[in-house]
Amino acid sequence: MNVLNAVFVAPFLDMADSPAFFFEVVIGGMMTGVMYSLVALGFVLIFKASSVFNFAQGVFALFAAMTLVGLMTGTVPFALDKALPGMPAFVAIVLTGVVMVGLAFLVERVVLRPMVNQDHIIMFMSTIGIAFVLEGFGDLMWGSDVKLLDIGIPTGSFFFLDMMIQVFDLWAAGIAGVLVLSLAVFFQKTRTGRALRAVADDHQAALSVGIPLKSIWVIVWSVAGIVALVAGIMWGSKSGVQFSLSLIALRALPVLILGGFTSVPGAIVGGLIIGVGEKVAEVYWGPLVNGAIENWFAYVLALVFLLFRPQGLFGEKIIERV
Amino acid sequence: MIYRETGQFKPTYQSDSAVFPIAQDRWVVIAFVAFLAVVVPFFGSEYLFQAILVPVLIYSIAAIGLNLLTGYCGQLSLGTGGFMAVGAVACYKFSTAFPEMNLVVVLLLSGVVTAGVGLIFGVPSLRIKGFYLAVATLAAQFFLNWLFNKIAWFQNYTPSGTLTMPPREVFGVLVTSAAAQPHHRYLFCLAMVVILALAATNIVRGPVGRAWMAIRDMDIAAELIGFRPFQTKLLAFSVSSFYVGIAGALALALWLGSVETAEAFDINQSFQVLFMVIIGGLGSMLGSFIGAAFIVLMPIVLTNVMVYGLGFEAVTAKHFEFIFFGGLIIFFLIVEPHGIARLWQIAKEKLRLWPFPH
Repeated sequence: MNVLNAVFVAPFLDMADSPAFFFEVVIGGMMTGVMYSLVALGFVLIFKASSVFNFAQGVFALFAAMTLVGLMTGTVPFALDKALPGMPAFVAIVLTGVVMVGLAFLVERVVLRPMVNQDHIIMFMSTIGIAFVLEGFGDLMWGSDVKLLDIGIPTGSFFFLDMMIQVFDLWAAGIAGVLVLSLAVFFQKTRTGRALRAVADDHQAALSVGIPLKSIWVIVWSVAGIVALVAGIMWGSKSGVQFSLSLIALRALPVLILGGFTSVPGAIVGGLIIGVGEKVAEVYWGPLVNGAIENWFAYVLALVFLLFRPQGLFGEKIIERV
Repeated sequence: MIYRETGQFKPTYQSDSAVFPIAQDRWVVIAFVAFLAVVVPFFGSEYLFQAILVPVLIYSIAAIGLNLLTGYCGQLSLGTGGFMAVGAVACYKFSTAFPEMNLVVVLLLSGVVTAGVGLIFGVPSLRIKGFYLAVATLAAQFFLNWLFNKIAWFQNYTPSGTLTMPPREVFGVLVTSAAAQPHHRYLFCLAMVVILALAATNIVRGPVGRAWMAIRDMDIAAELIGFRPFQTKLLAFSVSSFYVGIAGALALALWLGSVETAEAFDINQSFQVLFMVIIGGLGSMLGSFIGAAFIVLMPIVLTNVMVYGLGFEAVTAKHFEFIFFGGLIIFFLIVEPHGIARLWQIAKEKLRLWPFPH
């Protein structure tokens, strides 16, 4: 009886007792969720266009953040004891963007092109290979110590209707919103965007009407690289640039299956659901089991959704024929 | 020329469906196992046993387990590390709770417990497919590790939270704990591997294996011609987990001696075993062994070459090791996506005709 009470009644009483705190938890969760969405977005973009489940997305974010910090502090690649004058954040961000585009070229040229038409699982494993290479390369190039990243996003907090709100989280949400909007415009309104959607719908049909698949892949991986850069900036300024940054990929995976591998809005909504669910569960149910449930709770939550919708909330309906 | 089956007739069904129908194959395998069992223990050093042979053998069992599930039944799983942890914890609990129990029985029971856990986490596979399933199996990985870390009962309430295997004997010979002779541990592992590999080979040759492969190739078609996806997939999950669980138990008992489950069996273990299966060859028994040997040996070779051969610092060498490891994986996937086992098969075909290919 006590157990039932503690699981099913007490947490809800707690919520009703102090709604302000509850909403604070929910909003905090939504902000974290937005950050998850940023990572999940990179996965979705690549999966939609090339059916590659890019496990290296987290390492992309780490690599982008490392490059950014390195450029801003003026570290010389591969020669960490020398120093150059650093450059302003804006220039460094643009340069890092260029680096990510270059990386996309390299990945397409070296890995994807020789592996066209391979099984999904083989492509997936090769992206894990990419993750290893990039991780070692990034550490070698910029050093493996924890770095601080500050591009001037304001921090601090204020109270709004009794709820404490972090200014940084608001900025994160705003930047994510701008990113999603510009992606939507890019996909819906530009010529390239239309080509991208065509490739995502059907590779062969797209090829047959003359859309160059190779350059489309480079574009998609570049866009995913830019998204990784944004994710790297946000996560990096929040918790420092270090190896654990690449593990956010693992936190974004439940978001991905919950929202569906192929849906951009799914990544956003999934991120919000996972973020809120995770925070609420941690705050209200976590103490029952000694806490630290955030590692797996998201997965179980996503699993529950999947049992009802096997393709995720917004994924394309899976039609199978013999 | 070297490799020819001319003149080897198969007058009975039995000889036709043998595991190794060609005599050369049979003798090479028997000779190799005999070499490992009789010759190696005499000259092997402790380092050879403890750092190379025992891990390779243990990982081969795990790789066979995952290969049954992913290579034969087509269900991608990323929860291998979690299932190895289940095996290790079960082995620890059984051997501390029942000190008289024979180690072999303990290992088998650990496998059975893991099979049960695998069965539970296999249930979503009936509804979810492909990468959705792969991500869903990650839930097993994280949940199980969290569970073993948080609930002190699994660690017998030791304050450090590490599982330490008590000394156990098999046929009067000490094989676990630090006092055991390395070659005794090695021989025990070898025996387990031979038995389990033979069993697995025969499972996949029989009706069960055919059902798995039918599900792998196209599950809806398999369902339509009468294979039951529910039983078949769950059986694959539990048999696979049985193997993986025994591998985890062996890793605790004979190799590591004492482990912290959350660290020893983390997500990287899952990926390592998946690499073994894919680099070795999906759906190939030989591939599981080759993959395990490759993935265990490569970091050792790389480290030795770079630190002792080229004089790099250990940290730099570690980074280079990452780059080479990832690069080699990509290289192998590009050159032969069906794994090293396929390369071996092609070589055999070539050898049959050599030196007169026309």
